[in-house]
Amino acid sequence: MKRSLWTLFLPVLVVLAVGLYPLLTQQDVHRETSFTLLRAVALAASLNIILGFTGYVSFGHVVFYGLGGYVAFYLVAEKGWPFWSAVLMGGLAAALLAFLIGAGILRLRGAYFALVTIGVNEAMKAFIYNFQPFGGPVGLTMNFAVYKAYGGPRAVLWMTYHWLFVVTLIVVAVSYWIRVSKFGLGLLSIREDEDAAEVMGVRTSWFKTWAFTLSAFFPGLVGAIFFFRNASIEPHDAFPLHVSIESIVMVMLGGQGTVIGPILGSIGYQWMRVFLLTNRLLKNIQLAVAGGLLLLIVLFIPAGLVGWLRRRFPATRRFLL
Amino acid sequence: MDMGFLFASLIDGLLLGFVFGVAAIGLTLIFGVMEVINLAHGPVIALGMFGLYFAVTLLGLHPYAGTLLTAVGGLFLGILIYAIAVHRVIGAPHLSSLLATYSINMMIIGIGTALLTTSPRNIEFSLGSMTLGTATIPVTRIVAALASLLAAVALYLFMQYTRWGKFIRAVTDNRDAAELVGIPSTKVLALSFGLGTMLAAFSGALIATLFPFTILEGGKYELKSFVISVLGGLGNPMGALIGGIIIGLIEGLVPVFLPTTWVLVVEFVLFVLILLIRPTGLFGGRAQ
Repeated sequence: MKRSLWTLFLPVLVVLAVGLYPLLTQQDVHRETSFTLLRAVALAASLNIILGFTGYVSFGHVVFYGLGGYVAFYLVAEKGWPFWSAVLMGGLAAALLAFLIGAGILRLRGAYFALVTIGVNEAMKAFIYNFQPFGGPVGLTMNFAVYKAYGGPRAVLWMTYHWLFVVTLIVVAVSYWIRVSKFGLGLLSIREDEDAAEVMGVRTSWFKTWAFTLSAFFPGLVGAIFFFRNASIEPHDAFPLHVSIESIVMVMLGGQGTVIGPILGSIGYQWMRVFLLTNRLLKNIQLAVAGGLLLLIVLFIPAGLVGWLRRRFPATRRFLL
Repeated sequence: MDMGFLFASLIDGLLLGFVFGVAAIGLTLIFGVMEVINLAHGPVIALGMFGLYFAVTLLGLHPYAGTLLTAVGGLFLGILIYAIAVHRVIGAPHLSSLLATYSINMMIIGIGTALLTTSPRNIEFSLGSMTLGTATIPVTRIVAALASLLAAVALYLFMQYTRWGKFIRAVTDNRDAAELVGIPSTKVLALSFGLGTMLAAFSGALIATLFPFTILEGGKYELKSFVISVLGGLGNPMGALIGGIIIGLIEGLVPVFLPTTWVLVVEFVLFVLILLIRPTGLFGGRAQ
């Protein structure tokens, strides 16, 4: 069956719809909503590269987000670097960390890999907590004079929004490219049967390391953007384990290993959160309700929405990827 | 260096290490039998703390009687969790069992924070203290360490000499073969999960006799249990007890040389290194 170009257009259109809406209305509240949505999409779609395409369950995605945030924040607030170069350095620092530890930890499989990623995140959090240049337990705060150079706090909110919008579009484009490229084929073969892939001549450790590095670069950028606009950063905000797990949930919800799945999953998950938080009855137990939903999905539709649609209605495979 | 402080700190850590060890045995037992990493481990430890709290405040039980009652409650809770969340994902990809147990984690924490709030509680209970050289040790700590050791020994005897213990070991070695000779594997898996949860709740109750706690407190001990289980070899219960003692000693030793906040850095770096260099732990675990 020939793959329709809709497989690319649909994910891009969804992100464009979310991203352009506040630009049309110019409303602060719409911008904040879309910022949260785009951040979730970027985190989930980048996690999907290692989790969905390669089949390695990483609980440490947020370590790259936090590290990118810290590096960029430090460069802007303490060293006076321009914002764009600090963001880039944040992404590169995250990618470098992934590249360096990837070769070692990607030898572990299954539950062992999941555990080591938790360990890396906690070790990094505990280390930053003691690392004085990054402010130790107190963290760093932005001098508002820095924002002046970018036209004041309100302008910064818009500027960082534009940046995140562009980064999210790039993440989606990259994950589409991976899915249809030979590189992606190598990753999928590792997911299906790593030993067989190796025998067939796939250089598995090279593929895995680059998938991990690529998947770490984007949360580094997102963290850099987020903490710059947040005006402060401290260890517990930068490395919350539950954000990693929420990202996994978003990927699962939409369908791991697909391009559009993590996007729909993030939007669906965030929508559900807002619904629960604003519902008078469920507000207090929103976490428990979310947990119950997660359990139902894991038990009954483990392939996620898109995976389920593709299997149940084969005709959708032409335009859903 | 002050030898007296070093000694006191080591004794302190060692005693706590036994209690951490028991929590980790629960985690590693479950992994050994069914290759499930129980991400609901921390909340169960926290439930153990609150189980004891209510046994003491509402039922008026003696704290150690309450600890036993809490452990029994933990057994049934574990069997319930197994039936609701774990049974269907046995043998499924790891992601499924990780997320299924994490969903239980979310439910317990969600309902727990709504009902119990996150303000700290503590159990008013003291047995005085003992002086040993330079160390002054609260007696509750000694009892907690002894009770933990006793629990580990009891588990060992159960696994070694009882019918159901042998069933558990058989299912651990080879589930298909165990089923062929007529071992009811589903019941064995449920019992193993129950036992693992029981040990978590038991150690939570013991911790509650020592420190104040909130419903979120379990997360810390869950991470510690990961470190200890990996150190001792994932799936190796007795390794976990020794792992607990090692971690306890590290927690006693590090503050003598570095600020206390470095303890976690040392523990998690060790954790990552062990996984990289020797994933089966110091004392051998279930093969990867």
